[in-house]
Amino acid sequence: MKSGLKPKHQRLVLISIALIALVGAALLAAYALRNQASYFYVPADIESDPPQVGQAIRLGGMVEVGSINTATDGITTNFIVQDGIARVPVQFAGILPDLFVEGSGVVAEGRMEDGGTFVADNLLAKHDENYMPKELEGMETAQMREALEASVE
Amino acid sequence: MHFYANPTRFLKLAKWLTPLFLISGILLASGAVAWGYFMVPPDRLMGETVRILFIHVPAAWLGMAGWTSIAIASLIELVWRHPLATIAARASAVPGAVFCFVCLATGSIWGRPTWGTWWVWDGRLTSMLVLLFLYFGYIALSSSLAREGQSSRIAAIFGLVGAINVPIINRSVVWWNSLHQPPSITTGGSAIDGVFLWPLLAATIGFSLLFGAVVLMQMRALLADLQSEARLRRKAMQAEEAVTA
Repeated sequence: MKSGLKPKHQRLVLISIALIALVGAALLAAYALRNQASYFYVPADIESDPPQVGQAIRLGGMVEVGSINTATDGITTNFIVQDGIARVPVQFAGILPDLFVEGSGVVAEGRMEDGGTFVADNLLAKHDENYMPKELEGMETAQMREALEASVE
Repeated sequence: MHFYANPTRFLKLAKWLTPLFLISGILLASGAVAWGYFMVPPDRLMGETVRILFIHVPAAWLGMAGWTSIAIASLIELVWRHPLATIAARASAVPGAVFCFVCLATGSIWGRPTWGTWWVWDGRLTSMLVLLFLYFGYIALSSSLAREGQSSRIAAIFGLVGAINVPIINRSVVWWNSLHQPPSITTGGSAIDGVFLWPLLAATIGFSLLFGAVVLMQMRALLADLQSEARLRRKAMQAEEAVTA
């Protein structure tokens, strides 16, 4: 039988079909992994699907402005992590990272306790996608806040 | 494309393109890095560590661009069976792997003061590490095939299949919550202030030119290797004929 296609075009069609199938499979896998491959949960996830008490998880979000409180023992810090939808109180005893400030992004490793408080063993500061020199700070605070909020959606 | 697919024409072009890329790349990359290291103000939160950006971002881009060129060359090799495509794919592997490693190393150094950790297993970092391992696999496979004198078709298929990781790296920070920040530069604009953006752009172009120069040099070396091998084989055959005659 004589095929109407030249061999190189046949190869091109075959490889294209194989690639489309491969990309499709990868996209489906990535979509299925949506929740499992996330590095942390945001407060809204915890509200809609509360994790078991004592289960090791990571919680990420923004440190609520005005919520940072240092306990009288000097090492325990209480603060609230929020994502614009829900809020989770967090307790952490230890040295805070340099970038840990009010309104900044944070990822806490730890577990939920009975009272709905998240007890963190470890804190990681999350940087957002904005890069700005010190001199310009405060110039576009509203815009920056918006971007910070968007970075933990 | 077919016009320059001829090795002789390619060598003629590469001969003057190599020094052009090399010199302009060295000038632009070193100028941009010096600009970023000495003249740019510190970031409002990260302070001086922001300067690692001018190496990290070009390295990340070239780590991914390296595999993209392997994939494109592999496709051309598989469809049009062009020997120059095989050489182009092989030549992109080592510089791509080096930039991928530089990206991981500088990112880790930046992560320690910024995040408070050297390494986390989030989507972006993990997929970039997978890319480095893919490079190792590709280099081992393609060089062993070349050494055994076998067809490089398996390496080309590996190059194409591995390319699926490149869009995953790119989208990882959008699809999944990750410790790594989402993209700063998107089609919608840039969240990087101009004082950082311009040296960053210059560094990216400069390192890309260097990458191009290294790939061209490697391609010329591989072509010269093939030629000398063919010549030796011809000589050996002639000598054999002379003995039997």
